[in-house]
Amino acid sequence: MRSGVIAKKVGMTRLFQEDGRHVPVTVLALEDCQVVSHRTADRDGYFAVQLGAGEAKQKNVNKPQREAFAKAQVGLKMRVAEFRVDGEDGLIPVGSTISAEHFIAGQKVDITGHTQGKGFQGAMKRWGFGGMRATHGVSISHRAHGSTGQRQDPGKVFKNKKMAGHMGDKQRTQQNLEVVRTDATRGLIFVKGSVPGSKNSWMLIRDAVKLSAPEGLPFPGAIVEKKSTAPEHEEAPAGMVEAAAEHEVIEQVTPEQQEVLAQEQQAGAGDETTPAVGEETPESGDNAGSDEGKEG
Amino acid sequence: MNLIQQLEAEAVEALTQGKEIPAFRAGDTLRVGVRVVEGTRTRTQNFEGVCIARSNRGINSNFTVRKMSFGEGVERVFPLYSPNIESVTVVRRGVVRRAKLYYLRGRTGKRARIAERKQTVSQ
Repeated sequence: MRSGVIAKKVGMTRLFQEDGRHVPVTVLALEDCQVVSHRTADRDGYFAVQLGAGEAKQKNVNKPQREAFAKAQVGLKMRVAEFRVDGEDGLIPVGSTISAEHFIAGQKVDITGHTQGKGFQGAMKRWGFGGMRATHGVSISHRAHGSTGQRQDPGKVFKNKKMAGHMGDKQRTQQNLEVVRTDATRGLIFVKGSVPGSKNSWMLIRDAVKLSAPEGLPFPGAIVEKKSTAPEHEEAPAGMVEAAAEHEVIEQVTPEQQEVLAQEQQAGAGDETTPAVGEETPESGDNAGSDEGKEG
Repeated sequence: MNLIQQLEAEAVEALTQGKEIPAFRAGDTLRVGVRVVEGTRTRTQNFEGVCIARSNRGINSNFTVRKMSFGEGVERVFPLYSPNIESVTVVRRGVVRRAKLYYLRGRTGKRARIAERKQTVSQ
């Protein structure tokens, strides 16, 4: 087990693959994600690294915590979290800053965050209850949850009965999200799909627990060297997914079949810009010539 | 400019490198060169028709091209900055008074005509 990282959700955008398909991505930023302390087996009974991220004001950090940060010689952190590691070799030195290259394109990660809070919500929105009828004598209680139990026996409402209440703002983990790009200079991780939580909320990113880690993951972690944030891997051009995260189209139809199908579709369906296959009129000939010129 | 906008601006710049996207708007007739992969070879297929809608949203920008293909209306929505779009050429400029020409969907033939926009000659 490798340490994870603490990241901040920046927002969502899209990236393109080389073949033109696009990938919706969430951008997560590492903001001074540093190792604050270690948990070791002889002292605490388990191995873990404690990371801190962000920048907190002095007035918002209590004194014992400030002293702990001072001992590790790191700044005041807004968010602190522990990540279990397998043993002593999994520990990252205290004070080192974790780089976005801790993850590699193509690998799967689990992302934990707090979902967007919805406030006090009724049973219809919160649990998907059907509500009551619009007419047929129902008054005032169209969106009510209805009955909550039985009669004198059992004479109580069972615990965990689904009722109105606070919705959202719960810790949730989205599993097996794919890392499609990393940007070490700015400390950004691009993850395919959405992650729980609102913008500017903190996320914990870990290697996927349900899938085996790919080859070439930095162990125990990728550290930003002092004053050098040069990317170690080849970066894809802006707006594109990295090659490792590109996926082939799974072709249900073989290329030969595709050609036959394309010919069937095009049969007699040519126009001045896209000539039909097999159409051999002289004026379509020069058009076809311009078409073939762009092959490659 | 926040980080997302900055990333998108960089992406747009990188994706438009080496190709020029002309100024066009709804009502213009466009010829769009689309990269098509057929088995192992790649070629450019042209799609020519009237631009009936354009949405400008940074990297999410797209435009809709409508053409009549053997009496059947065909519409295609292209992401403006897709790497699959090799070229966009304006064949004809049109005069329209709407930003979205969805009313063309109900029309064919003469009723679907759009007048040509002539260059205004400045003094």
